Amino acid sequence: MKYEVVIGCEVHVQLLTKTKAFCSCENRFGGIPNTRVCPVCLGLPGALPVVNQKMIEDAVLAGLALNCKVASVTGFDRKNYMYPDLPKGYQISQYDMPVCTGGKLDIETGDGKKSIRIIRLHMEEDAGKNLHLEDGSGLSYVDFNRCGTPLLEIVSEPDMRSPLEAVSYVQGIREIMKYLGISDCNMEEGSLRCDANINLWIYEDDKRYETPISEVKNMNSFKAMRNALKYEIKRQLAEWGEKRLTLTDTGKVTRGYNDRTGETVVQREKEEEADYRYFPEPDLKPVVITKDLEAEMGKRVGELPAAKRKRFVSQYGLKKGAASVLAASKALSDYFEAAAKGYREPVKIASWIITEVGGYLNTEGLTIEEFSLPPENITKLMEIVDSGIISSKIAKKVFARMAGSGESPDTIVKKLKLNQITDRDKLEGFVAEVMKENPQSVADFRKGKDHAIKFLMGRIMKLTKGRANPQVAAAILREKLGDG
Amino acid sequence: MGQIAGKSLTELKRLLDRGEVSALEIITSFKEQYESDRKKPVPLNGYIEFFSDAEELAVKADEARKTGTSGILEGLPIAVKDNILISSRKATCGSAILQGFTAPYSSTVVERLMNEGIIPVGRTNMDEFAMGSTCEYSVYGSSKNPVNREYVTGGSSGGSAAVVASGQAPCALGSETGGSVRLPASFCGTYGFKPTYGSLSRYGLVAFGSSMDQIGVISGDPDDIALVISVASGFDSNDFTSEDVDFSALFPLKRMRLKGKKIAIPEELSGEGIDKEVGIVLERFCSWLRSEGAVPERVSMPLLKTTVAMYYIIAPAEASSNLARYDGVRYGLRDITGNNLEDLYVNTRTKGFGDEVKRRIFLGNYVLSAGYYDAYYKKAMQVRYLLKKELNRILEEYEYILSPTSPVPPFKLGSKIDNPLSMYLTDICTIFANLALLPAVSIPAGTTSDGLPVGMQLTGRMFGEKGLLRAAKTWFLKGRRGEI
Repeated sequence: MKYEVVIGCEVHVQLLTKTKAFCSCENRFGGIPNTRVCPVCLGLPGALPVVNQKMIEDAVLAGLALNCKVASVTGFDRKNYMYPDLPKGYQISQYDMPVCTGGKLDIETGDGKKSIRIIRLHMEEDAGKNLHLEDGSGLSYVDFNRCGTPLLEIVSEPDMRSPLEAVSYVQGIREIMKYLGISDCNMEEGSLRCDANINLWIYEDDKRYETPISEVKNMNSFKAMRNALKYEIKRQLAEWGEKRLTLTDTGKVTRGYNDRTGETVVQREKEEEADYRYFPEPDLKPVVITKDLEAEMGKRVGELPAAKRKRFVSQYGLKKGAASVLAASKALSDYFEAAAKGYREPVKIASWIITEVGGYLNTEGLTIEEFSLPPENITKLMEIVDSGIISSKIAKKVFARMAGSGESPDTIVKKLKLNQITDRDKLEGFVAEVMKENPQSVADFRKGKDHAIKFLMGRIMKLTKGRANPQVAAAILREKLGDG
Repeated sequence: MGQIAGKSLTELKRLLDRGEVSALEIITSFKEQYESDRKKPVPLNGYIEFFSDAEELAVKADEARKTGTSGILEGLPIAVKDNILISSRKATCGSAILQGFTAPYSSTVVERLMNEGIIPVGRTNMDEFAMGSTCEYSVYGSSKNPVNREYVTGGSSGGSAAVVASGQAPCALGSETGGSVRLPASFCGTYGFKPTYGSLSRYGLVAFGSSMDQIGVISGDPDDIALVISVASGFDSNDFTSEDVDFSALFPLKRMRLKGKKIAIPEELSGEGIDKEVGIVLERFCSWLRSEGAVPERVSMPLLKTTVAMYYIIAPAEASSNLARYDGVRYGLRDITGNNLEDLYVNTRTKGFGDEVKRRIFLGNYVLSAGYYDAYYKKAMQVRYLLKKELNRILEEYEYILSPTSPVPPFKLGSKIDNPLSMYLTDICTIFANLALLPAVSIPAGTTSDGLPVGMQLTGRMFGEKGLLRAAKTWFLKGRRGEI
């Protein structure tokens, strides 16, 4: 049987804004239940929402990165339904004036590049979480900490033709959102959630039959997504064989994926679909998005990870792996490029940033944005190593100190006297050389003219550009002079 | 000093500022007035609760005045409608569903007034969730008209008008969605003012029809209104629809020179459908305006015929959504006699809401539902836009729009309670100001032959509160001079 898989995705991305979408509560994952709440996100009588400007900026940024058209005026609407985790009895969302429309995202497939069209991107608030006790009490609790978290919903056209393409698409979204720093897109914590609409176009007797669409929810990892969609294809094929139901017969069914069984189960039939009674949110005036803001966000989008990755390989000669790591975050890639500027071995800088800087940030629990060391200092440190003043092993020590204190590598090298030559073997070589070149002074000293040692020391310092440790060098010199 | 109860806020302020009376004496006097009325065979039932600690707060205010740490309203009493939140006080909106709810925060308007030392002395009765024109739809029973206790106060801020008209408070806060301040002010013979939408913050005012809701002020003296507005108005970062207006210099009011000012009288609100006795008061009011040199003219405004229909689509639509939060999950009434979540919702809301509220929830859900939205809500919003445009155009040419506040004089308790449609028509003169966001004031302009109060209403330009209140003051001064 000849058939085609048709998949469209609705991706929800939680934004990392400091405060929630419509109130000033802290926006962070988890926490003791019902501690990050206020009258607004609890939907208390009389409370009113206020638009978080940062959410608008993030939405514009994301929209531009997905090649969308940005609306000049965007409006909020109420989506009405009752559920315990939705304290107002409606969700503030966007209906007919979404912030962005008509974009696309390119993905890599087996047959090369493919464009997935994006219908719209809109802002909305997240709900709380219902917690059902499993102790037989039958009690349920609600945690409103998540309530009011800003979300972007990104809706694609049904352009994907396989589970693999769907996964690539969502991975692409994730890469961009993370790169822009507006979401951490953690599927397990739910900061990236994807619902996929999937059905089959079956070609039989020169006709095309469309199977009923399943909206598959509860896919909490890319692996789960791939498995859920593969299962759906199998299931829909079997169902077609058995019942020959088409989209016009049953419409859309919501199905939940169970990671344990690897199956999807019906959650809601079409008849049960709610009428959300959308209407413009009277508490929020439409928001004007100025051309200035759009331009500013456009500048911030700049070059996206996929293009950057390619450029890093061709321009700096980085390996694909290193290029991917550095290109995944805007801040990190900017840091790398600043450090690599005017240094002839960018590969070395790249590996330093990935291992040393990355390791430091990891142990300190910092982000690259919070890292205060100027990238030029990394360049300087490399140069000091190159000139042979310190070894790369010592350089790691210097780095550890400068990452913490913010001092320049020169200062640290001087302060720790890391540039002095104390190595006996090396110094003996210099002493021998100076003695050989100044036989008169050596003879003078041996005749009892003590001051000649000062002259010889002066020559040693000159020869080592002042880096010889004077005590050690003088001791060696006296030894050697005495030997004669 | 004379009797305290019955004096206006501004008179009491003068006495307090001069030290001729203490805050304690003032509060005690109003409390006594309230207590003595409660003992009457038919109490007015204006207050739901007179705060038991009001006198304690008065003692503190007197101390603050002594130590020079007082605000400009220190120790002055105000009555507050039961849908405007005062921190740690109950707020029930005259409804069973909010029984037991204590406000965890204050509305911005109350907070600003309290920051200047005002003492909220009690919560006033109202139609449930401000839905009603008589103050009969309250879980606490109806309020009675102080002029004749067999008559309704008008609504929904009936309690606020009753306590002011009977000298149980010098001044009261009410709220409007379609005339709920002006109508009871008119029926009880006081001034009632609805500011321009956005002049006063709605934060902490329990929402009914969010696109029209506005806190208003009732008093026997326009200067009281100006004083309260001057303190309470202006941009509030908690209300996205509040405007950055500056009315700080509104008080004290100067009289208005009406000479040469053109005043539009809508034909639709001054002929057919207007009670004869109300028409007589309107004529007398026009004579006075002419005697002041103003030029009242009849103007046709056909869209005013559509306002009741428009209002009873838009307000219930918004209300159906605003009242979804009363679900028994987090606060207020909670009926857990059922077996599941739906039972909790149905039982709580069946028990908690009165008939009129249910009627409007049904209406609202109907006009927003799929398939009806375009025919009702969308169309109403389109006509609303036209109305705004038309009224603003008229107000470019005319200084004010003049009409009766109500087409009929106060009517007897119970006479319209079983006829919602005739009840809705009581709002025909007031609703347009709410739909068009305009400021409007009801002025006690005369009485019927039975001595029942009749109010006249002036509607002004957007943010033209000053001009409106000065016109009201001009009338007030005339009355004081005994010329009417």
